[in-house]
Amino acid sequence: MKSLSTKTKGSLLSIFIFIFCLFLWHIATVPKTSKAPTSASSNSAEYNALMSGNSMDGGQKSGFPTLTQMGTTFYEKLSHPFYDNGPNDKGIGIQLLFSLGRVGLGFSLAMLIALPLGFLIGMSPLIYQALNPFIQILKPISPLAWMPIALYTIKDSSISAVFVIFICSIWPMLINTAFGVANVRREWLNVAKTLEVNPFRKAFLVILPAAAPTILTGMRISMGIAWLVIVAAEMLVGGTGIGYFLWNEWNNLSLSSVIFAITLIGTVGMLLDTLFGQLQKMVSYAD
Amino acid sequence: MQINKSFLKVQNLSKSYNSNSAPVFEGINFEIQKGEFICIIGHSGCGKTTILNVLAGLEKATSGYAFMMEREINGPGLERGVVFQGHALMPWMTVLENVCFAVKSKYPDWTKAQIEEQANKFLALVGLSGANKKKPSELSGGMKQRVGIARAFAIEPQMLLLDEPFGALDALTRGVIQDELLKICKETNQTVFMITHDVDEAILLSDRIMLMSNGPNAKIAEIVVNTLPKNRQRATLHHEAKYYPVRNHLVDFLVNRSKQLQAEAAQGKVLTNYEPLVVYPGLEESTIN
Repeated sequence: MKSLSTKTKGSLLSIFIFIFCLFLWHIATVPKTSKAPTSASSNSAEYNALMSGNSMDGGQKSGFPTLTQMGTTFYEKLSHPFYDNGPNDKGIGIQLLFSLGRVGLGFSLAMLIALPLGFLIGMSPLIYQALNPFIQILKPISPLAWMPIALYTIKDSSISAVFVIFICSIWPMLINTAFGVANVRREWLNVAKTLEVNPFRKAFLVILPAAAPTILTGMRISMGIAWLVIVAAEMLVGGTGIGYFLWNEWNNLSLSSVIFAITLIGTVGMLLDTLFGQLQKMVSYAD
Repeated sequence: MQINKSFLKVQNLSKSYNSNSAPVFEGINFEIQKGEFICIIGHSGCGKTTILNVLAGLEKATSGYAFMMEREINGPGLERGVVFQGHALMPWMTVLENVCFAVKSKYPDWTKAQIEEQANKFLALVGLSGANKKKPSELSGGMKQRVGIARAFAIEPQMLLLDEPFGALDALTRGVIQDELLKICKETNQTVFMITHDVDEAILLSDRIMLMSNGPNAKIAEIVVNTLPKNRQRATLHHEAKYYPVRNHLVDFLVNRSKQLQAEAAQGKVLTNYEPLVVYPGLEESTIN
């Protein structure tokens, strides 16, 4: 064991913790004859009452899915990810693509505005002073608070969701871009000055690469927030997407599908974050 | 009169950072001829770097003028190459790209091949041909500073401004790069204005050494003409007959007189058109005014 690296040991420990949690889950959900579940919080008692009152098909006492049920759900959902049986019955792959599409669209629009505007704010103290109050007031507003206004003005629920993603991902990008641009090291700017570099070359060859790590940090934070918000937004607007799927499965009282959706949201979120982490690595420089 | 013919002329330069405090320096007057190597020595805070920045066009003086080739210096320009104190290389570019960036700025019409050829030529001159593809972070401090020098030389400036270029280097590396710098400057008849804290470095490299009194109210108190022979070598420098007279003069100034002069200046001596003393340490006529 001594020869193993910390990374390997960590992975082994992760697997162990995972198995242990599954084991706890199994213990907690194993079918029992008694009506009350082992860990009877008030919530699960309510679920329990609900489940035993309504669903007569399953012979299970506890409403919470067992590991076997979870496994079946995962298998079913993942083996046919792209089927489409009408508005309320689409494969999980399709739902995910809808969500990712909205996030991608809203995020890209935010990028188109935040990067040039951030550049401008970072370059000009005047514009910074002028726009700072607006940014400070708009930034802390929960993106979902924009939903009614979006729905009223845009009148299209799907585009409203994209707008909400846009508005929530614009701030970290804007602020980080402005900060990165404003804090480009003076000596690099002096080099550009003494070489009489034209503004266009200076912006793209000096300021942009110098600020890129900070900008990418902002984009990474934005993407994280966008992925958090899309689930909530889709629960509100309905129709398609992973958030809608989750809410729909809750209405079906299919907890195993809800848990499946949660796991998927987490996994995709992690993948997105890893992607931006990689991009960040590509543009960062050792000094 | 050679006043109008001198390559670089500084007249009554002064700088104060706010109007109600004493100026950092005032009444700065000097001239530099083409091909001269000038070092400027003074304690921290006397405004050496500010003077250099004014010559580079990066900072504005509060009053006074600087002319180069009979044109006033109003901003940065490609005819002046600057080597910065902290090398100031772009860490996201390779060594070659750093130099090419400068070359392309000077010669925007050149082809990529021409630009790289020029960059490689000057990298070879500072002995860095092998490190072309490396990032600055992979280089030692001395190598980084050499890239900075190659970058400044590659734009073939009329004048080179060096802000304590070897301050962060160990003595051995410093010696090697000093030799290289001296060699290149001789080959190209380069005019150089350099800030240093190192008395020996000044004696080795420069034709004339400007001594600044302490700030605030700093001025160029003396201009010491280097009386050592032109072909002086770093290895034998301390055996030269004039070495100790020059060195003692410089050290005496820095240790004792720079403070006295500041005190005098603070008492409000008139400094407009102040002309620094020109001294020839080690020669019979020890002071010629």
